[in-house]
Amino acid sequence: MTIESIWFPIAASDDLPYRHVYHAQLLGTEMAVWRADDGFVNIWENRCLHRGVRLSIGINEGVELKCQYHGWRYANRTAGCTYIPAHPANSPARTIQNRVYPAIERYGLVWSGIEPEGEGPNFEFLSNRHCLVLRAVSINSPTNMVIEELRKYQFHPSSQLDAKHVEYEVVEWSTNTLIVQAQSQNFSTTALLIAQPVDSYKTVVRGVIEWDDGLEDIPVLRHHAQLINQIRNRVESRAASIPVAELTPLNMIKPSQEFPSSPKQPESGRFASYQVTIARKWQTAEGVSAFDLEPIKGVLPTFQPGAHIDVHMPNGLIRQYSLTNGPGQTQHYTIGIKRESNSSGGSHYMVDSLHEGCKLDISEPRNNFPLRRDALETILIAGGIGITPLLSMARLLDHANLPYKLHYFAQSEKHVTFGEVLSKLGSSVVLHLGLGDSQTKESLHDILSIHQKRMHVYVCGPAPMLEAARVTALKIGWPDEAVHFEYFKNPNAIDDSSEFEIALARSCLTLKVPSGKTIVEILRHNNVAISTSCEQGACGTCIIDVLEGEPDHQDVYLREFEKAGHKKIISCVSRAKSKRLVLDI
Amino acid sequence: MTQVDSTLISDWHVVADIETLKDDTITTTYLFGERIQIERNHLKSISVTTDSGREVISRQKYGFVWVCLGEPGRPIIEIPEAEENDRHVITGGSMGVHVSGLRVVENFLDMGHFPFVHDGYLGVETNSETFPYQVDITADDEIVATDCKFFQPVASPNAEGGIMADYEYQVLRPYTAVLYKTNPLQPHRKDYIAIFVQPAGEEHCIVHPFLCYLKDGIDRCTVRWFMQLIFGQDKPILENQLPKCLPLDPRAETCIASDATSVFYRRWLREHNITYGAIPIDSASNFSESKSGDIIR
Repeated sequence: MTIESIWFPIAASDDLPYRHVYHAQLLGTEMAVWRADDGFVNIWENRCLHRGVRLSIGINEGVELKCQYHGWRYANRTAGCTYIPAHPANSPARTIQNRVYPAIERYGLVWSGIEPEGEGPNFEFLSNRHCLVLRAVSINSPTNMVIEELRKYQFHPSSQLDAKHVEYEVVEWSTNTLIVQAQSQNFSTTALLIAQPVDSYKTVVRGVIEWDDGLEDIPVLRHHAQLINQIRNRVESRAASIPVAELTPLNMIKPSQEFPSSPKQPESGRFASYQVTIARKWQTAEGVSAFDLEPIKGVLPTFQPGAHIDVHMPNGLIRQYSLTNGPGQTQHYTIGIKRESNSSGGSHYMVDSLHEGCKLDISEPRNNFPLRRDALETILIAGGIGITPLLSMARLLDHANLPYKLHYFAQSEKHVTFGEVLSKLGSSVVLHLGLGDSQTKESLHDILSIHQKRMHVYVCGPAPMLEAARVTALKIGWPDEAVHFEYFKNPNAIDDSSEFEIALARSCLTLKVPSGKTIVEILRHNNVAISTSCEQGACGTCIIDVLEGEPDHQDVYLREFEKAGHKKIISCVSRAKSKRLVLDI
Repeated sequence: MTQVDSTLISDWHVVADIETLKDDTITTTYLFGERIQIERNHLKSISVTTDSGREVISRQKYGFVWVCLGEPGRPIIEIPEAEENDRHVITGGSMGVHVSGLRVVENFLDMGHFPFVHDGYLGVETNSETFPYQVDITADDEIVATDCKFFQPVASPNAEGGIMADYEYQVLRPYTAVLYKTNPLQPHRKDYIAIFVQPAGEEHCIVHPFLCYLKDGIDRCTVRWFMQLIFGQDKPILENQLPKCLPLDPRAETCIASDATSVFYRRWLREHNITYGAIPIDSASNFSESKSGDIIR
């Protein structure tokens, strides 16, 4: 067994109070340890991936950790980067993810390791009872010298601090751990002492004793602190008298020997990377079912508000659903699905045939609807089931105390989806119930009537409503880049009659796109990797940079100013007006 | 001693602010991990010797003592702004920082940290976007970043209200960088700030700021105070960077679009084979190993 595979205590539970970040170190590796508001203990490599600044001086925002230097946010649980303030309109690459060490909180201590094996520490005598965590003492000495001295640990039972006669028994002993029992007049106390190797010349002694609530803890803590301090004095004077060369260094790991991996090639096609179970299914509103999707093994990846996943159904269909989760919430993904009357089978199947316990394949989250966090005010406008991505946004804005309003258009009270989450958002949510087309337009006009610099609006809902919002915003004078849309589907009829040529600048290939075939299909046919999701020009996943030529835009993803710029193309539906397009792929 | 790159040995480095020297007194400092003694006699003449007693070439210019440990390969940089009569020409107060001087230069070239490290002065957190700018290498082999714009609530002590400040950055030598910044009262002219970084060791440096500020609406003390306020905000962040040396492998730290200047700087250091204070690309596997050959306590 290597020392890297051992679970060590690296902090006490009390070292992680509300919104604190604790600096720990094990085997020469620095760790940033923080408890999220949901109680989860995160143990991460102690450096921001951007410029190496210690995350232990970062800010615990409850669901994300924020680096002090450039404000990069890393999500609770996954340590994936969720926001880069220098580029507020973009979603960070999925590959930006910090190194995570496993964490177990047990016996009042937080345990971790470099690559620990097994189920974690198990000390029968401390299980199912109260524990008293001793004060940690740091000793300038290698761990083996500390543990040698600890074997002579002679303490008094907690209720017998003044006893004249005490018997000791070393119950268990290993290279880093010691269990000692002290007994006097039928009273006994068992103590667990562990030498945490901080680096090759520094050790922290941590201890836990079994505890009865009736006793006063301060004299007991003082008793042990005195004893461990005596050990420290003895060990440090011995360690100091030994020439440094004779000290055996631990098998030390240097922090972060690996570089963050270089960006991965986009996976080709629609790829289901995660297997999930439906942990919970419930009706959240009239005609809408909600699903909690839990990973079968491992953890779910980082997502940002606005992100969606592809759900691969057992019947072969693939559909996109937005995540409704709050920030840093990755123990499960929650999606809402409306049973569409004119559905081609996806929503019927999900709502009618799938039940709790069913397994599904899902893709990693993609975010083509990123939320800026630097707006002076954010307006979210949802229509019907379009609430789902905006709910995730509202939960982040609410958590971060950023000014926002969520306007939710629904048929009736019964149709209000995820009402239990909405009610927690308080007065920031404005319901618009049972409005007809013209009333909806009037309300949209009212909502959008005030436009100030650095306000942003995000709209998701049925196509006629998006169109109305688009026209209204334009009329009132909202700049294109301040209005963000998410379409469920592309309402435009696709004209795929044209024929043109594509030149791939990076792959040095020239390919013909005949009528009836899409760019994506031709790329796939020629084994050129391209990542897609909705494949109908709505989600933006298959976006490609255009170096030359004039695209024939048929998608609803790109905004007008982007379409006019001819610099980007949504390759699953759009084609070319010019004879040839040069694509940066 | 760690091998010092020959281009650095034949270059000029600031080792003291003349104002801090006393007559007939020896001042000790470090350059490339080597201890050096600066002595000024009552005639204000200065001599600099190494621990081994070797006298090294020294000059007094712009209020600083400059030394070259070898044969000077080029002159001390020329600063025309320092000759303009309507400017305060000020040494900014030298500050030691426990990190590689290259990290300090990179921080000096970075705008992305303004809203976080200098919140309320050079940026505000609610206005964090870094807009695209141009970076290039000039015919003189210097890095120049132009069209840099950033919203600043207090760009300068004499600024009234927030302005979109224009910056131009230049990296003249591995440990020397300058910036030109819009003067709030004379928008067509620019204030000049340089940092001369003294590589005391690979992981220790002393930063010597040099400022040429238009006198209009500001006094010397205020210029110096502002520089120290700002640098005082940078220092604790810089001292928490791991590793302390600057990694030159492009994969070592994640760069984003707004880091274009830093990407150029790291590449330029690689191409000039600068390794002192850096983690060169071929030792990538020893990425985080401390290079502490320099022990300065």
